[in-house]
Amino acid sequence: MDGNQMKKPARVVPDLTTNCAGIVSPNPFWLASAPPTNSGPQIERAFEAGWGGAVWKTLGQPIQNVSSRFGGLNYGGKKNIGFNNIELITDRPLESNFREMLACKKKFPKHAVIASLMVETEAEWEEFIARSVDAGADGLELNFGCPHGMCERGMGSAVGQEPKVNERITSWAKKYAEKYKPGLPVLIKLTPNVGDILPHGHAAQRGGADGVSLINTIKSIIGVDIDNYVPYPRVGGQSTNGGYCGAAVKPIALHMVGQLARDPDFQIPISGIGGVATWRDAVEFILLGSTSVQVCTEVMLKGYRIVEDMIEGLTEYMATHGFETIDQMVGKAIPAYSEWGLLDLNYETVAKIDADKCIGCYDCVAACRDGAHQCIFPATDGTRVPTIDEDECVGCNLCQIVCPVVDCISMVEVDNGFGEATWNEAVAGEKTLRPKKGSH
Amino acid sequence: MSKSESTSAQPVLQSDRAESVFKDFKPPYDEGHAVVEASRCLFCDEPPCQQACPTSIDIPQFIRKIATGNIKGSARTIFDANILGMSCARVCPVEVLCVGDCVYNHMGQPPIQIGKLQRYATDIALAEGWQFFEAGPDTGKSVGLVGAGPASIAAAHQLRRAGHAVTIYDKRDVIGGLNTWGVAPYKMKAEAALEELEWVLRIGGIDIQLGIGVGPGEGDLPFEELEARHDAVFLGFGLGEDSSLEVPGQDLEGVHGAVDFIECMKLGALDLGWVKRAAVVGGGNTAIDAVRELKGLGIPEVVLVYRGQEAGMSGYQHEWKAAKVEGVTASWGSQPLAFLGAGRVQSIHCARLDENKKATGDMFTLGADLVLLAIGQGKLGELLGGIEGIALERGKVVTDADGATGRPGWYAGGDCRNGGKEVVNAVDEGKRAALAIDAYLRNKGG
Repeated sequence: MDGNQMKKPARVVPDLTTNCAGIVSPNPFWLASAPPTNSGPQIERAFEAGWGGAVWKTLGQPIQNVSSRFGGLNYGGKKNIGFNNIELITDRPLESNFREMLACKKKFPKHAVIASLMVETEAEWEEFIARSVDAGADGLELNFGCPHGMCERGMGSAVGQEPKVNERITSWAKKYAEKYKPGLPVLIKLTPNVGDILPHGHAAQRGGADGVSLINTIKSIIGVDIDNYVPYPRVGGQSTNGGYCGAAVKPIALHMVGQLARDPDFQIPISGIGGVATWRDAVEFILLGSTSVQVCTEVMLKGYRIVEDMIEGLTEYMATHGFETIDQMVGKAIPAYSEWGLLDLNYETVAKIDADKCIGCYDCVAACRDGAHQCIFPATDGTRVPTIDEDECVGCNLCQIVCPVVDCISMVEVDNGFGEATWNEAVAGEKTLRPKKGSH
Repeated sequence: MSKSESTSAQPVLQSDRAESVFKDFKPPYDEGHAVVEASRCLFCDEPPCQQACPTSIDIPQFIRKIATGNIKGSARTIFDANILGMSCARVCPVEVLCVGDCVYNHMGQPPIQIGKLQRYATDIALAEGWQFFEAGPDTGKSVGLVGAGPASIAAAHQLRRAGHAVTIYDKRDVIGGLNTWGVAPYKMKAEAALEELEWVLRIGGIDIQLGIGVGPGEGDLPFEELEARHDAVFLGFGLGEDSSLEVPGQDLEGVHGAVDFIECMKLGALDLGWVKRAAVVGGGNTAIDAVRELKGLGIPEVVLVYRGQEAGMSGYQHEWKAAKVEGVTASWGSQPLAFLGAGRVQSIHCARLDENKKATGDMFTLGADLVLLAIGQGKLGELLGGIEGIALERGKVVTDADGATGRPGWYAGGDCRNGGKEVVNAVDEGKRAALAIDAYLRNKGG
């Protein structure tokens, strides 16, 4: 990060119009299929607030839900950094859903309305796709991701975890989409509850999908009521595993999105989901290969109006970074997403503390002493600015991460006289590695 | 006063005490606020806040325990270092101690409200009645402690943890010293101080002899007798009467010592409806407490009369700032020469001093129908005059860092040793002396 500052590009006027797998929306911010898209009136309010698209709460044979349904993960006084739910698909009459979809589409013709579907038999898939087309849906999203409740019935992640089933149902959906509205885009929503996302993305691609959406929620237990010995969320005296989401899942989602985006054999667009709470998160997803992003948890916690800042932030980012269109951004960080064996082991940094900014908390001292390589020491001159033994500093940047002061600790590149050398090259005997530090 | 052999710390406080009208200047946290504030703590290593605390409470540790909901552990951490941790949470000048040294001050962010967090944990501990300490196995040794203020209470509790028998003597009929009857009521009222003391005494075996002065005075327990009764002695008494100005009119009605007045307000009822304008003479913390208290008691005009200038006051600036916000005014560079009035004070005749406290030659008169003198208190060290091995310096008992005097087995701590500091200093000195006394008694053997 340091020493690699990019040249500042000329400011541009960006166009946020998004085309993800043929689904066009005024901006890349879509509401994910979830409680915020439970009904037409909700989605209409969301569009008024600025959301570009909405994936309708999954339609299927209506179910009955439980109370309670949600749980939050708190950390360090901050509530809901992670979130989970055991809610199922829509529990509202299908007639109401499709009627409202049609009304919504009429009112907001330029916004994207995507019907999320989850049914069992081929006949049901045909029926639901036909009805979605009649309701004016701009695209379909097949819910192959739900990790609780529906998968036990052979749907949701039960489909997403089996590439053959995924491919077969995808091909049914494409067949009926073509039958009722030629060219109607079909997205496959993938589950992260798999060892490797690639076979599942490829199954969707082979089935004819126009794009994939990921990640759905992660199988989880959000916590345990330690006085009553029941996991959360409590449904009477019992609970069950649910789907984990919210800000804390972003790293997992970014990895899976990036895995697909960097695979040369994976050619269809991605709608990125998982912990998108701000415009910065959205930028990250787009740079790692997403064309649109979907948001649920942050809207559940704060409401639709968060989109105002998302649009402004993304617009300003694109303007200052020289991106005129979303497409110019998509996958921009993919070339730098490499393998460990291809990283330069001779690249060396050491920590430097800005004495003027240091407040003397010694959090870096404790972190380095107890959690790293014992090379940061308390001041001996009464200043409380710690000293760093640069000969021992391995450049792990734990100190920079724990430091509470912005830009106080920086990781500075060291010219050690060794040229670039990767592990793979070293193993092949082609390059020489610098001497190890901190391994006394 | 009648002698009492009670170990109860709960004298009956009258219900119409003047201090009852005061509200907390720093209101307590509820759980939500406490957890949010506790979670801001950076958990510094070698923490400056702890280094600034005279009793060295492990502040980051007790704060983290609040953040995780381990309130019992939090309170244990506090009380283990400072047995009057609930009082100190309220009365400590945290702005110049722990909070003043919080690293957030260097970051342009509000420092952690350590006092309020400490109050949160200790209030819950007292409300729940959690007990953290047990008396040690009986050593057969006995320690006599003079004065029932924070220094002796802290020493006695520490000595009980070590298994020594303790007896505290105090000439008053209420325990706790200034912590009970001298603290500004917008920080803590007498009943809260006594509630904590009652909790402290639950360790058992702290014998409190109220109404018994120790010293050369008539009816007092002589020091020789004290020494004969006990294997070690701890001198934990405080300061003497309010100093007077020695100017004409000082015996007029309406002229009082500030500490004396504060005690009346804390423990009794006051009728001040007739006071239109009150003056407090002095520039220290007692003077600032007094002006804020008078204002809080509803006196329309309260003026601080000080020889020096605002910047030169010995009282804490944060306290003076609060007094100004509450509407107190000041007459700087003002040296009272006489109190005027017929029977009752009506005004103060003053000389105007310059910035170097030199007379300018100007004179003026300031109307006041109540005058409190907050210009210091006498030292009681002279009571010890003639005891071999006890040295005094400007009325203060001279000791080593652990509180040992020059007389074997005699220790001292608190205001009689330090000349008048905070409750937290008294607790620290009492605790240190108790550890030294324990070592002394164990070395002394059978």
